Amino acid sequence: MVKITGIEFRNPTILASGIMGTTGASLVRMTNSGAGAVVTKSIGPEPKIGHPNPSMVKLDCGFLNAMGLPNPSYADFVNEIKIAKEGADVPVIASIFGGNAEEFVRVAEGLADAKPDAFELNVSCPHAEGYGATIGTDSCMVEAITAAVCDAVDVPVWVKLTPNVTDIKSIGKAAENGGAAAVVAINTLRGMAIDINSGYPILGNRFGGLSGSAVKPVAIKCVYDLYEALDIPVIGVGGVSSWEDAVEMIMAGASAVQIGSAVHEGVEVFADIATGIEQFLQNNGYAGVEDITGLAHEVI
Amino acid sequence: MRPINSKITQIVEETPSIRTFRFDTSLDDAQPGQFVMVWVRGVDEVPMGCSFKNGITVQKVGDATSRLFEMKEGDSVGLRGPFGKGFTLPAKDENILIIAGGVGVAPLGPLADEAASVGAKVTTILGARNASELVFEKRFSEAGGITVTTDDGSAGTCGFVTTVLAEMDVSEYDRICVCGPEIMMFNVLKMLEEKGAHDRAEFSLHRYFKCAIGVCGACCMDHEGLRVCKDGPVLNGSLLLDSEFGNYKRSSSSQRVKV
Repeated sequence: MVKITGIEFRNPTILASGIMGTTGASLVRMTNSGAGAVVTKSIGPEPKIGHPNPSMVKLDCGFLNAMGLPNPSYADFVNEIKIAKEGADVPVIASIFGGNAEEFVRVAEGLADAKPDAFELNVSCPHAEGYGATIGTDSCMVEAITAAVCDAVDVPVWVKLTPNVTDIKSIGKAAENGGAAAVVAINTLRGMAIDINSGYPILGNRFGGLSGSAVKPVAIKCVYDLYEALDIPVIGVGGVSSWEDAVEMIMAGASAVQIGSAVHEGVEVFADIATGIEQFLQNNGYAGVEDITGLAHEVI
Repeated sequence: MRPINSKITQIVEETPSIRTFRFDTSLDDAQPGQFVMVWVRGVDEVPMGCSFKNGITVQKVGDATSRLFEMKEGDSVGLRGPFGKGFTLPAKDENILIIAGGVGVAPLGPLADEAASVGAKVTTILGARNASELVFEKRFSEAGGITVTTDDGSAGTCGFVTTVLAEMDVSEYDRICVCGPEIMMFNVLKMLEEKGAHDRAEFSLHRYFKCAIGVCGACCMDHEGLRVCKDGPVLNGSLLLDSEFGNYKRSSSSQRVKV
């Protein structure tokens, strides 16, 4: 059992936003696969069809994606969260986005009826004009939006950060100052792939975000830095596909880990990683995840 | 995987609205029922059932297929795949019933070829709107017995594939493999359920695909959260009873829309 921002999780693995989070039923399936909590896809104020395909490509080093925040709007998605809450025996966290504080608040209030256990603010999507990282690279906007949502809801607010900034600590600090209960680091790194036969960028949006094992060292460093700079918990995400990756992320400072692209290898990844972490803790005489959270800061 | 640059080597006009495109890329490990993502550069990337190891059979329905229909032999597209799970492979002496409607013949053509080549007994019900819209009639005939149905009676039995199925004893078939418009497949499923044969039936489904590799969840079906792109596109009939199948699907913005 892990407790973060007042919410209890049966294990420290969480389904990352944008993965298998389109419907209530798919979220429930992920909880049945062992996830300790699930985050929905990012939901916005209006229905959005996203970018044209190709929208996700597996490369040798990871995955490139540019979905473009496709979503049915909060008005439509309330019912999916209700289905997830009814069918899941773990916390359900609503990921939301907007173009400004007013839109974020409208979406959060609109979804509040479905009683998500927390909100995760997407200020980090790297390829949606006017949304995501456009906002998340501006610490003033991050603080203002976080404060506005915190005022509007009575559950914890997490803020998912972009690594596409000069200093992620300053953005993390802005989220903390705004009242965030936790930060989630990191979203994808800006990337691009080009088809050399035709010269066409492969993604329909031309560029997108890199995830998977290639970004893990970047995520580890961001989590390490944020753990040092902030007083609120850090939830690590980026390239975690094994229990060893998860333990490494936790030792960098993460209180829990989110898992995204690794679902490609099989939905049982959550149970595998949770079991592996538990075994590691037992084998090494640790009482819980908190015993190794940030360990890398203490040993030197 | 990155898209494989694939040159169109042959275009066959199957019907006024359906064409087969053959490529210089052969996906030799593709199983009947698996699909490829066809990247029409600058327009879109769309899923297509493999009708041959090196070919797809396409109906003109949207931007990508319209652009594809403007292409000539020698032009190229990007291909990724094969993806997903196909039909259960037939074994020698098995008795297979194929039910195909319209462009639903695409994944079933290679299944008929494969079944015949391993010594399975193949029977096909092939449906189309009219005689000019029938696809792969010769191919299915060469694999085994065939009954043709057309909505207007211009060839074969006047009616739908279900008109023929209703009169059949399906107990003799080890497996029933179906692809066509969803309403047609739904009616087939209901009929097979009444006959107690739905768990021996496999259906090739269509849903909106975004990532196509089982990650994003855009194609997930209620109520089990099955990913049509990775757990399917071919799914057993028993998984489809009490699902959204035949009732609704998700649009590109994930809103529910009626089938």
